[in-house]
Amino acid sequence: MPYRAAVTLAATAAALMLLLSFRTPPSTSLLPAVATPTPSASAATPAPSATPSGAPPSGGASPTPAATQTPTPTPSSTGLKNGTFTGSAVSNPFGNVQVQVVVAGGRITDVKALQYPTAHAQSAYISSIVVPELRTEVLQAQSARINLISGATYTSEGYAQSVQSALDQAHA
Amino acid sequence: MPEPKPVEAGAPARRVRLEPLMGTVITLDLRDAAVPTAAADSVFAWFHEVDAVFSTFRSDSEISRLSRGELSESQCRREVREVLGLCEEVRQLSGGSFDVRHGGTLDPSALVKGWSVERAAGLLTTAGARNFAINAGGDVLVRGEPVPGQPWRVGVRHPEVADRVAAVLGVRNLAVATSGAYERGRHIADPRRGGPASGPLSMTVVGPSLTYADAYATAAFVMGDDGAGWVGGIGGYEALAITARGTTVSTPGIAALIVP
Repeated sequence: MPYRAAVTLAATAAALMLLLSFRTPPSTSLLPAVATPTPSASAATPAPSATPSGAPPSGGASPTPAATQTPTPTPSSTGLKNGTFTGSAVSNPFGNVQVQVVVAGGRITDVKALQYPTAHAQSAYISSIVVPELRTEVLQAQSARINLISGATYTSEGYAQSVQSALDQAHA
Repeated sequence: MPEPKPVEAGAPARRVRLEPLMGTVITLDLRDAAVPTAAADSVFAWFHEVDAVFSTFRSDSEISRLSRGELSESQCRREVREVLGLCEEVRQLSGGSFDVRHGGTLDPSALVKGWSVERAAGLLTTAGARNFAINAGGDVLVRGEPVPGQPWRVGVRHPEVADRVAAVLGVRNLAVATSGAYERGRHIADPRRGGPASGPLSMTVVGPSLTYADAYATAAFVMGDDGAGWVGGIGGYEALAITARGTTVSTPGIAALIVP
């Protein structure tokens, strides 16, 4: 009964909100992607103002490119103890998601998907694309500390909640 | 579940509830320990009601029946008339870039999501909640703070790389809505030209009301390069456009919201 799949949990650790996207990961020549700009980056590259009169020129006085800096890793003051922690299995409309989080040196070093939707060919195909993306996101998000994401196509809260429950154990 | 060790001293308890609704997932992140869970129940009951009345995917919804001419607007419930009035207001303000009657069918989805979240926030506020966030498939409304002294950190999805964010906004008591060409099942048409909208890859609008931020994001996305400037001319709202040229165009107030 996927439409009854409400999940309630209490946690105090940093939130990890992750994204699912049902499209092939892009290959090359994309807008540089970053987890978060560094403090110096946001100060050094303020977003240009839009001119109400019309389009910014494609050459010439072009707007500053989107931030291209890589995130600054935070020191390992995470309070996480080393080990492997298995998260709760969380239902979503396509099936269960369950992950295992590996912590070493106070940081998340790996996320393994123990369960993910494979019941239908389409679900399996989607999972094969997004699960590696979500793993990347978790590894980056531990420094990004984002509460929510605007513009999500489909938010993989199930994955995030399973990661969260694993982290709760790592904090215990 | 073992007692979690707080990351930050005094970090309040966090209750997260999510349900698949309106063709997406709606998440409530409630930080006020004193607010009864029944308040969250009433919020999700509201969203189910909205889904039943406004869904364009359900042939028996009031919106579908109105679209087919089986109902007149005056026969619809008050909420439907209210939403259609708001849609007409934004249509006029946007010079027709936002038009829920484009193409001979009625589809107010681009305003209903934000509107329903705002009403849900009102239910929570009445129940005593002061610190919470609601995310309806990427349309975000936050109240208060996630932990004392810190803003909610809202990532703006990178339009081309799904597992990255292009920027992070630190916000309190604000709405953040994003329209983009990547959105699943939502190909934003340009009512003025007919075909699909060209222009930025995504348009994010920030402001006090998610009802308007949601609709403005759709309208500004359709407007293309002029969209951010149009939003900037509306008092209280800011815009951040990510263009196909790999650049950002934003209103002046955005810079103050971007956090590291």
